[in-house]
Amino acid sequence: MTQILTCNDVKVDFDGFFALKGVDLQVEQQEVRFLIGPNGAGKTTLLDVICGKTRATEGSVFFQEMEGSIHKLEEHKIALAGIARKFQAPSIFPQLTVLENLELAMKQKKTLWHMLFAKMDEPTKEKIEYTLEKINLTQERNRLAGFLAHGQKQWLEIGMQLIQDPQLLLLDEPIAGMSGQEREKTGRLIHDVSKECSVLIVEHDMEFVRNFSKQVTVMHEGKVLCEGDMNTVQNDERVIEVYLGRGKTHA
Amino acid sequence: MAKSTKISFSILFLILALAPLLMSDFRISLLAKFLCFAIIAVGISLIWGYTGILSLGHGVFFGLGAYAVGMYLKIQASPGGIPDFMQWSGVSELPLLWKPFANPVFALFMMIGVPVALAFIIGFFTFHNRIKGVYFSLISQALVVVFVTLFIGTQELTGGTNGLTNFTTGFGVYLTHPVVQKVLYYITILILLLIVLISLWLTQSRAGKLLVAIREGENRVRFLGFNPTTFKVFIYCVSAAFAGIAGGLFVLQVGMISPEMMGIIPSIEMVLWVAVGGRYSIFGAVIGAVLTNSAKTFFSESYPDMWLFLLGSLFILVVLVMPNGLVGVAQSLYAKWFRFKTSKKAGGTSYDANTNLQ
Ligand SMILES: Nc1ncnc2c1ncn2[C@@H]1O[C@H](COP(=O)(O)OP(=O)(O)O)[C@@H](O)[C@H]1O
Ligand SMILES: [Mg+2]
Repeated sequence: MTQILTCNDVKVDFDGFFALKGVDLQVEQQEVRFLIGPNGAGKTTLLDVICGKTRATEGSVFFQEMEGSIHKLEEHKIALAGIARKFQAPSIFPQLTVLENLELAMKQKKTLWHMLFAKMDEPTKEKIEYTLEKINLTQERNRLAGFLAHGQKQWLEIGMQLIQDPQLLLLDEPIAGMSGQEREKTGRLIHDVSKECSVLIVEHDMEFVRNFSKQVTVMHEGKVLCEGDMNTVQNDERVIEVYLGRGKTHA
Repeated sequence: MAKSTKISFSILFLILALAPLLMSDFRISLLAKFLCFAIIAVGISLIWGYTGILSLGHGVFFGLGAYAVGMYLKIQASPGGIPDFMQWSGVSELPLLWKPFANPVFALFMMIGVPVALAFIIGFFTFHNRIKGVYFSLISQALVVVFVTLFIGTQELTGGTNGLTNFTTGFGVYLTHPVVQKVLYYITILILLLIVLISLWLTQSRAGKLLVAIREGENRVRFLGFNPTTFKVFIYCVSAAFAGIAGGLFVLQVGMISPEMMGIIPSIEMVLWVAVGGRYSIFGAVIGAVLTNSAKTFFSESYPDMWLFLLGSLFILVVLVMPNGLVGVAQSLYAKWFRFKTSKKAGGTSYDANTNLQ
């Protein structure tokens, strides 16, 4: 298989504190990769580097066939290249309707000219309706996003990532605050999505990871600790020590 | 477009069109001036209400538009083509900067071109470098200080503190003639209408929704693949163009422009008009400008010393009690009434997305 994402020796220095101390990570086409690790391990920071929110102090990030490392590109250029990011806190636009949120996120020319004259034509409508159905928000399409329930906001944001047709989807704790049923549905959604793109997902919920993961990467103190399937990882002594040593049973 | 917006504007423009039948020429000329201010207010609503960028320097764009047209009128009014204040400073030939302004088409072009060019340069460097919030507001305010100082300091070029005045003719007519004034009033209404239509179209376009998105979370917009700089510079230029047009119309009707009129207090007043009317609404901006200035005229006629004090109080009142302005008050009253009606009929409440603040 070919790699879609390659991180080489990525370091992030927050004024003397290294949140990432040299991370190597490879994600393959159509892979769903889980990223776990104790709080403060640097998982969010790694996603931030990949999507351009945080600048790597050292190292490089290669994406698809793009020439050169993307870690110096502006955020919107990385997004346009096909990397979508879902943040930990829902970051939808509360004063716009569900439909308008999707209308903006949708894959399209993201230039001023196009945005001024874009029409709500049939293919656009179909695409939005298709996404609305996927994220179960068909009934809510004309509501202001700010009025949605927490779980629905999370879905709307996932929908906003999907409708961009990304090649790589970065999800940061997508099921936080969701009910059991909602978690199940989100898991299936992610599974479906992986047929069309690669997913790199940070998750705390071990049950969820066990149910939906193939490959897991464990991070600890700014480094990759080990990698493998859930069984291998769970029985790895270093992992046990990190989790038990901290007196925690969850990731 | 929301039905309420259509109805409100139809009523407003009908009243404006019929006003000359009911009001004295003096009142009409005041109203015409307020309509120029309304044009500025629409632009401020776009950049501040919709996009969330607070500019405290729109006086400069207004002033530049006014000076562009004022220079043409001044050349027209000067025998020999050399303005009186230049003759006093011993200038015997029209300065190079002034020469092209003898041409009215050029002057009208510059009325828009100069404010837009300035907004583009300032906007690009601040927004590209991600300067926002209070820092942008401070820069926009500094811009005012720079320009006012510059205009006062270059007396022989700009007329200094007195500015440009004593115009006579322009575009082949006597500006002070009552018929000309009335025609100018209707031209102002038409231009306001055009600017309102452009703005409504803009806010309803996908780009307009993106402006709201930028207001709500500029950084999130980046991760959807947009470069917010482009859109912010664009809307800054649009609002500068509106202010420039307003300045040109103002000078034609009021017959003077001076650095004081583009200073810090007028710049802040402009923001206040929009706050009073309701910054999230184009209609709110228009009535905010007209009503605040009517109040100003009323109070300055009766209690001239009180106006600034009242203005300050008004601002505090608006911020504390009605953050969405008069339009916000009207909307919440309507929503209450609507809920009251439907709860009586259907025994429940309903939610209507059209009553949101856009
Ligand atoms: N902007 C920042 N400035 C300084 N330190 C930060 C910043 N962001 C994160 N950190 C620190 O970097 C470490 C890793 O954080 P993070 O990537 O959020 O961890 P995780 O997502 O794995 O819980 C933490 O110790 C955190 O306090
Ligand atoms: Mg985190």
